[in-house]
Amino acid sequence: MVKMNKFTNKEDIPTKNGFGEGLLEAGKKNNNILVLGADITGSVGANLFADEFPERFFSLGIAEENCIGVAAGMAMNNKIPVFATYGVFSAMRTTDFIRVSVCYNNLHVVIGGAHAGISVGPDGATHQALEDIAVMRVLPNMTVLSPCDSTQTKLATIAAIEKVNGPVYVRFGRAPVPNFTSQTMGYEVGKAQVLMEGNDVTIIATGHLVWESLQAARQLSNNGIYAKVINVHTIKPLDHEIILNAARQTGAIVTAEEHQKTGGLGSAVAEFIVQNYPVPMEFIGMPDCFGESGEPPELMDKYGMKSRHIVEAAKNVIKKK
Amino acid sequence: MKINNSIQQLRDLSFQVRKDVIRSLAEAGSGHLGGSLGLADIFTVLYFNILNHDPQRPDWKDRDRLILSIGHVAPVLYASLARAGYFPIEELQTLRKLGSRLQGHPGKDHGLPGLELSAGSLGQGLSVAVGTAISGKIDNKTWRVYSIHGDGELQEGSIWEAAMSAAHYKLDNLVSLVDRNNVQIDGNTKDVMNLEPLADKWKSFGWHVLNCDGHDLKDIILAYEQARKIKEKPTVILAKTHMGKGVRSIEDNHTWHGKAPSVKQADKFIKELEQNG
Ligand SMILES: [Mg+2]
Repeated sequence: MVKMNKFTNKEDIPTKNGFGEGLLEAGKKNNNILVLGADITGSVGANLFADEFPERFFSLGIAEENCIGVAAGMAMNNKIPVFATYGVFSAMRTTDFIRVSVCYNNLHVVIGGAHAGISVGPDGATHQALEDIAVMRVLPNMTVLSPCDSTQTKLATIAAIEKVNGPVYVRFGRAPVPNFTSQTMGYEVGKAQVLMEGNDVTIIATGHLVWESLQAARQLSNNGIYAKVINVHTIKPLDHEIILNAARQTGAIVTAEEHQKTGGLGSAVAEFIVQNYPVPMEFIGMPDCFGESGEPPELMDKYGMKSRHIVEAAKNVIKKK
Repeated sequence: MKINNSIQQLRDLSFQVRKDVIRSLAEAGSGHLGGSLGLADIFTVLYFNILNHDPQRPDWKDRDRLILSIGHVAPVLYASLARAGYFPIEELQTLRKLGSRLQGHPGKDHGLPGLELSAGSLGQGLSVAVGTAISGKIDNKTWRVYSIHGDGELQEGSIWEAAMSAAHYKLDNLVSLVDRNNVQIDGNTKDVMNLEPLADKWKSFGWHVLNCDGHDLKDIILAYEQARKIKEKPTVILAKTHMGKGVRSIEDNHTWHGKAPSVKQADKFIKELEQNG
């Protein structure tokens, strides 16, 4: 368990950079890693690998379903295929292919969900993956990773390739977001990280809302409210132990994610909590609606996913204790 | 292991496979009889003449890969695997039952030896076959990939994504066979959604196209042997078949696509088989 009270933003970086770097690093170690492209290889960060290992990069055109099926065939033959495109396509256009050809066969296919969340910004609702965690996590055999910054996305990508045995979805984004973790924190699939200690309320966050949650915790401490902040970088399998302990310790939970409030991290936490140690909860996320065009910070603010919203939710949930 | 069976031996085997299909479906009480019977000759040729495989070593790395895309004809796959020696023939009677390794549509998680792929959602198997064939090419392997498709299945757009990619990567280690029986659940393919000109479609996608009579054992063998000689492109065999083949009273009757016979009907159908044989 990591316990650190001070995290500083070294630099705003898109988390897709971490994906590209992790892919390249893993690719250097293992010739069985193959990368599939669906025309937007550069914009998801897979170009680093494609340039270094052209013979292990397979362009399949704008045909995402085929990419998933081809990846399944490769995984059946001792290859480790990695397919990344925008999360709206890699997780949702292809869902039945993932369900049957990948998950039902329990194959180690690494699926990258790029440009996740509303912070894709000006592209608008069609390209903002806000349901991908929900769709991926209900599939049997699937592992779902949602790292919090670029550094951690690199570690998560390497872990997805080297440590996971079955189907795995790695979620990351395009907007530059604070890069505040260090490689030394490590990355163990299924083990959440306590980033800040506190006894009054627990903020359980994923993706770049972990940074917003740390900011919220600092603001709360100015009001004498001490929040425990947990980075759930693995949505599935969910770290039950750390969540149960936090519920016992603080008696109130706020979840924060750049995803629909329904079906994602908040739902996963709630499903566990109601069965084991019910405490009041508040959810930060998209309120069951589509996004729209705008700059990422404007959208995060409009749809209630900034630190000030988390502060509000924390105060509300404490009242319900 | 490759078995060079005589045509007479193959004929006897395909008769057995058909009988197994009818009996297992009658015992199951549900399932797809028409397509399973229609593919009996093709599966017999594959498992007893064409495929390089070893029932004693189902996971043998250098085996040819058979990718069944149309999972609903699982009964003919299971009967062929059992007759080839992958598992006891009696086990065919567990088809579709709770706890069985013989799932209604193939499911690898149940551990059936010889099964390559869990499948049943149409339009996915060709993509999987492409990924398999690319893997073989990367490793310079000589094993080949054989995929089996329905004609109705070709209405799935993903088939054509996969077809494009197989030609793009010049996958001459891939042979796909289309069970061209001209029918699907709702009726004739030409009415449900016309597929013609089918050979031209595959040609224009960069495939080598072969035709065969899917019930003429020699013709099926010939097509697969020809396919082996085609270089730099994948091959598709458009096999003319009849749904329900072997049982006269149900041949070409699409209402038998997704039905199983009663035990009484099964007896009658097997009698018809014997008369035809
Ligand atoms: Mg048909």
